[in-house]
Amino acid sequence: MRLDTGGLIDRDAPLRFRFDGKGHAGLKGDTLASALLANGVRLMGRSFKYHRPRGVMTAGSEEPNALVQIGAGDQVAPNIRATQQEIYDGLTATSQNRWPSLRTDLLAVNDWLSPFLGAGFYYKTFMWPRSFWEKLYEPVIRRAAGLGALSGATDTARYDKAFAHCDVLVIGAGPAGLMAALTAARGGADVILADEDFRPGGRLNAEREEVGGLPGHLWAEETIRTLAEMDNVRIMRRTTVTGAYDGGTYGALERVGEHVGDLPDAAPVQTFWRIAARRAILAAGATERPIAFPDNDRPGVMLAGAVRAYANRWAVAPGKRIAIFGNNDDAWRTARDLAAAGVEIAAMIDTRADAAGTGDFPVHRGAVVTGTRGRLGLTGLSVEGAGGREEIAADTLAVSGGWNPAVHLTCHMNGRPVWDAAIAAFVPAENAVPGLLPAGAAAGRMTTAAALASGDAAARTALEALGAAAPTPDVPQAEDGGTAITPFWHVTGTRGRAWLDFQNDVTVKDVKLAHQENFRSVEHMKRYTTLGMATDQGKLSNIGALAVLSELTGRPIPETGTTTFRPPYTPVRIGALGAHARGSGFAPQRYTTSHEASRARGAPFIEAGLWYRPSYFPRPGETTWRESCDREVRMVRDSVGVADVSTLGKIDIQGPDAAAFLDFVYANTFSTLKPGRVRYGIMLREDGHVMDDGTTARLDDHRFLMTTTTAAAGQVMRHLEYVQQVLRPDLDVQTLSVTDHWAQFAVAGPKARDLLDSLVDEDIADAAFPFMSCGPVTVAGVAGRLFRISFSGELAYEIAVPARYGDALFRALVTRAESLEGGAYGMEALNVLRIEKGFLTHAELHGRTTPFDLGMARMVSGAKDCIGKLATTRPGLNGPEREQLVGLKPVAAGAEILPGAHLFSEGAEAVRVNDQGYVTSAGFSPTLNTTLALGFLRDGRARHGETIRMVDHLRGVETACTVCPPVFFDPEGSRVRG
Amino acid sequence: MRITCPLCGDRDLREFTYGGAAVYMDRPGADADLDALDAYLHLRDNPAGPTEELWSHDMGCRAWLKVRRDTVTHEILGTALAAEAKRGAG
Amino acid sequence: MRYSALRLLKEGLTGQKGWTPHWRDPAPKDDYDIVLIGGGGHGLSTAYYLAKNHGLTNVAVLEKGYLGGGNVGRNTTIVRANYFLDGNSQFYSHSLKLWEGLEQELNYNVMHSQRGLINLFHSDGQRDAFARRGNAMVNQGDDAILLDREGVREHLPYLDFDNTRFPVYGGLLHPRGGTARHDAVAWGYARGADRRGVDLIQNCEVTGIDVAAGRVTGVQTTRGPIRARKVGIVTAGRSGQVAAMAGMRLPIESHVLQAFVTEGLKPVIDHVVSFGMGHFYISQSDKGGLVFGGDLDFYASYAQRGNLPMAEHVMEAGMTLMPMIGKARVLRSWGGIMDMTPDGSPIIDKTHIDGLYVDCGWCYGGFKAVPASGWCFAHLIARDAPHEVAAKYRLDRFRTGHLLDEEGTGSQHNLH
Repeated sequence: MRLDTGGLIDRDAPLRFRFDGKGHAGLKGDTLASALLANGVRLMGRSFKYHRPRGVMTAGSEEPNALVQIGAGDQVAPNIRATQQEIYDGLTATSQNRWPSLRTDLLAVNDWLSPFLGAGFYYKTFMWPRSFWEKLYEPVIRRAAGLGALSGATDTARYDKAFAHCDVLVIGAGPAGLMAALTAARGGADVILADEDFRPGGRLNAEREEVGGLPGHLWAEETIRTLAEMDNVRIMRRTTVTGAYDGGTYGALERVGEHVGDLPDAAPVQTFWRIAARRAILAAGATERPIAFPDNDRPGVMLAGAVRAYANRWAVAPGKRIAIFGNNDDAWRTARDLAAAGVEIAAMIDTRADAAGTGDFPVHRGAVVTGTRGRLGLTGLSVEGAGGREEIAADTLAVSGGWNPAVHLTCHMNGRPVWDAAIAAFVPAENAVPGLLPAGAAAGRMTTAAALASGDAAARTALEALGAAAPTPDVPQAEDGGTAITPFWHVTGTRGRAWLDFQNDVTVKDVKLAHQENFRSVEHMKRYTTLGMATDQGKLSNIGALAVLSELTGRPIPETGTTTFRPPYTPVRIGALGAHARGSGFAPQRYTTSHEASRARGAPFIEAGLWYRPSYFPRPGETTWRESCDREVRMVRDSVGVADVSTLGKIDIQGPDAAAFLDFVYANTFSTLKPGRVRYGIMLREDGHVMDDGTTARLDDHRFLMTTTTAAAGQVMRHLEYVQQVLRPDLDVQTLSVTDHWAQFAVAGPKARDLLDSLVDEDIADAAFPFMSCGPVTVAGVAGRLFRISFSGELAYEIAVPARYGDALFRALVTRAESLEGGAYGMEALNVLRIEKGFLTHAELHGRTTPFDLGMARMVSGAKDCIGKLATTRPGLNGPEREQLVGLKPVAAGAEILPGAHLFSEGAEAVRVNDQGYVTSAGFSPTLNTTLALGFLRDGRARHGETIRMVDHLRGVETACTVCPPVFFDPEGSRVRG
Repeated sequence: MRITCPLCGDRDLREFTYGGAAVYMDRPGADADLDALDAYLHLRDNPAGPTEELWSHDMGCRAWLKVRRDTVTHEILGTALAAEAKRGAG
Repeated sequence: MRYSALRLLKEGLTGQKGWTPHWRDPAPKDDYDIVLIGGGGHGLSTAYYLAKNHGLTNVAVLEKGYLGGGNVGRNTTIVRANYFLDGNSQFYSHSLKLWEGLEQELNYNVMHSQRGLINLFHSDGQRDAFARRGNAMVNQGDDAILLDREGVREHLPYLDFDNTRFPVYGGLLHPRGGTARHDAVAWGYARGADRRGVDLIQNCEVTGIDVAAGRVTGVQTTRGPIRARKVGIVTAGRSGQVAAMAGMRLPIESHVLQAFVTEGLKPVIDHVVSFGMGHFYISQSDKGGLVFGGDLDFYASYAQRGNLPMAEHVMEAGMTLMPMIGKARVLRSWGGIMDMTPDGSPIIDKTHIDGLYVDCGWCYGGFKAVPASGWCFAHLIARDAPHEVAAKYRLDRFRTGHLLDEEGTGSQHNLH
């Protein structure tokens, strides 16, 4: 319930919210957890395995129990910590992992069955009968498991990603972080101060202590104001630094809009930051740890520091009658603060017989809690000490086993924290993350005075490393002391289950069982029991389990070891890390200059190497793609077709050694090519397989223009740069990708010359411009280039103009083609045309084919070295056992041949050991009125004329095929020379 | 990871592409034997510790770099333009 | 001790007092017939099959850390047999058959679950490549079904079919593909090997391999020298360092592969979904976490951790394919050391040193291979001859060019 005074909440700003359908009132400044506690709601969740009733334990992001769903309908967000969620007017929260209701959860039957469900029980059963695992056991287990639920609908939330750079990143805005930021900023460093909370100040907001003569939270407020006024400081609230990565890179999640009900349209709900920091200061504080004792998990059992935080920061008493159980002086603060707030203190129970401290409340020294009562909320506890056993009525039990420095980020790069006996906790190893300086409680400096001093010192270290002058020291006065602790991990000699990992329901007994079954390394124990794998990643549980294991093995805790903390520090939505990728944002979309004109003609598009290319250009009356494709193929064979080929990679290669360079990267020779001429080339990888093919034109003595396939354009460009810079910097040559600079169109067909004659100024008659020529042309007054090359086997040209003229030229070409009974053609026709000619694409050049396989072994020049030449001589890359390129025709014209089908000898069963090859490309040829295909067949060149059986199991097709040379149409090549 | 490109300065990992061990710089010619090819293309010291490798700054200036880097800590120990390193060595 | 429901009941009623250790912790003897270096999934299954199939029990597995602490304990748990090259097909087919009975074989519930694996494709060309693969799977005797877009929608209605960057054309369904509980596989084999008399020796790092006159004679360890007639190196990403102790260089470069798991969620993804175009694959564990991964970070590494660019790329792929996972929160990310070969396929072979064998090069596909790798490596060590389904996994195939390059990406180790 809400206390009458105090708290950092705005009592003049009431807010309404709902939890499990019931309306509640809260105040601005409340978290969902504080508001629920203020309303007397203690039951907030159910545990993962036993479905035990649970209340809030903490006041921070490490909360294991109070996980709720926020929102409703298809945008519901699961597993939100009630301790982090700020309330706003209209907030809707529901409990999760229970059915039918939070109070009555039928799966709580698991709790009754718990004697049978100990650690690892599932490895030992559910094996009989065999089929029952998938049919029965596993489905039941899956339905019972999990916490919250996704709706299954597209997450429509807006996310953003951003980069930031700074000299000093300060992680956490408690006393150490604020002091560090202040000192670093005064020293002139560019500072980012990131804090997880919506109110900077850290524990200063949760304690009743003074800094520099001011109440701590006011000092924090003033310091934030000072920092905010400095130009070299950026303050990021609600921002959790989630990971430390190489080279001073940090990931951070800013919850930009989760605390408001009506987010402005343009605002993201979350932004994921990558922060490059020259130095960072880890001032993330410490996390309190529980003590294990029987039934220490009931709603109402909370961490002592959290109880204090609710009282001091939110003016909420979690109960009416509070007992405190601890092993350290800090726990006493809770008793004192709550007593000062007028809350009844039922007992202060300290495991230490010699515990100092007094208060106006019953004190039990040298005593422990041995059990609790209350099904849906704590009603009482048992205490045992020197004075015997006592039953104490209480509705809240505040527990403190000490504090663990937040070392997590220092473990992200494999750093192992080191044991500090003085505080009975792990502290960061030195230089665990290069450039990351721990400070304050994160570094084991547990008092406010020590935190301030250590924040200041860390900033000075950072400034020195950055070569900046440190400012005059100015660290305010603060409390120093009250941290004495005697390690105490779990109450022994009791029956019943004592929880270590609250969410995953791992108890001391489970750790003992793991040990008994020889899961004695920390990693084995963790994996066998699932301890530390809950949503808090073991923040609350790891140390307690280590201590139990240490007792069992007789090895001290530091020797027992610690498990690794991995990024992220707190969970991060996939949506935030994957911001901007939803829908089409995942990869660039590349459009040719003819895109609009093609779209206007009704062309559907297909994706090719991030480009969108037209499949075909339907005409009125055509109802299937095949009709359009057949017509376009005939059009090219009979009159003229126009296709945009701009997507092919174009690389400008210049320099005195350009020819030598090409001789080195191509298997065949280019230095003998005359200016004004074009040659087909194949390019190998160094391992002797074909990387790509294409034509290269020699524009003049020292200048070539290389064409690559669309898909391999990027790979080839990088390869050329690699060869030029890494292998052959002795060659005087430069390369530049000009793919986007030029729009290029194929004009193919018997009437191609007629069409182009009317467009270009130059003489392109066969005599002046024979097959495989190239040269500059003037197209409607625009300087362009013309290449007489053909991917269709027809008389053909490719004409290129600067990209800005592409749209106009395409429209002009198509209009003229149509006047010649031709027109535009798309990828489908282009594919059929090239199959008819046996030309290759990446269906054949799939990275496993060699020049030998393709029948191009002779293209690998014997007269010179080239990339891949030596590797082609390996025995495994040659020989009759290899599958070689062949053409395939159905014995019965029109029968189907399917790419992806495999080839078998007639009469052989279609099984692996009989496999002879496979089909790579197929299409119906309107020219030859049959299906044609390319494929690879074992020793195929020696088998022309043989009948082979194509089998496609997947589509249930079998076709007898005739093996033939891969060039089906005009094998003499007379048409291209027309 | 951040890599200092000799031309562009300190840049994020995502601007670079790994291109294999720096042994790729010493390519055997066409007259070498298959053992030399095997050693060049396939066999690797694969050290756990400092190693030399090639990176392309292909989302930047497109320079190929020879980078000295620790495979255990990911620390970048030095960078140079591959072309200059090759010329220097040659 | 044999596990059974009855036993579970009895122990439940008697306070779990009767459970015995999964395996012993023997001190290393100074002499074994066979020493296996590496107590990961492959080493443990090799030990198990040496004992079970070949009756060889004077065997030690030397593990420098804890059993199953390598990649078998840090993967995305996918089990499949969907390879298409002769050499791979039969091996992974054999492995899947061993998976289908592993619980009963090991008396240990490894939770092998054949949830079905769907590889998505997005163009005619990719469909053709997957058809070739699927037909090869059927040729091998395994299962494959080619789905069109509507077929995929029936299985995976939650994919974004309308707005995604790479619209789904269809998918190749491998009904027998699925997942297993990774740690349990290591523990099950370890327990089985231990029960048959194999010594599993943890915290025992091999520091040297002893060779005399071209023959292996034993190993040096942090717990003293151990003599052995035969030594098998089964050390995945660390193979290079271990082989170097015998003066060998391997065709391996070690790279980092990251994986991710979200907080627990109620069942939402039933299959294993693979989105090659985005280098993304995902399944949901029995505990409810979405388990997913992507491509290599693409730099040589032993750090067992990656960096943000690939982590973000993986999430981006997830968001374009199935934007319903946007509000799932990544709980943990981690990395494994992948022993990448120049063709993406593994090595199970003798070396030029008598009695020294290697099983390595599993790239990022080693988990599903654990049963067959152990089966075949045990065969090789016991009989000094390769098992027929692993006969193509030769160490010299890169030199000779008899490659098994499923990806077709060539000899640069990290590109597979």
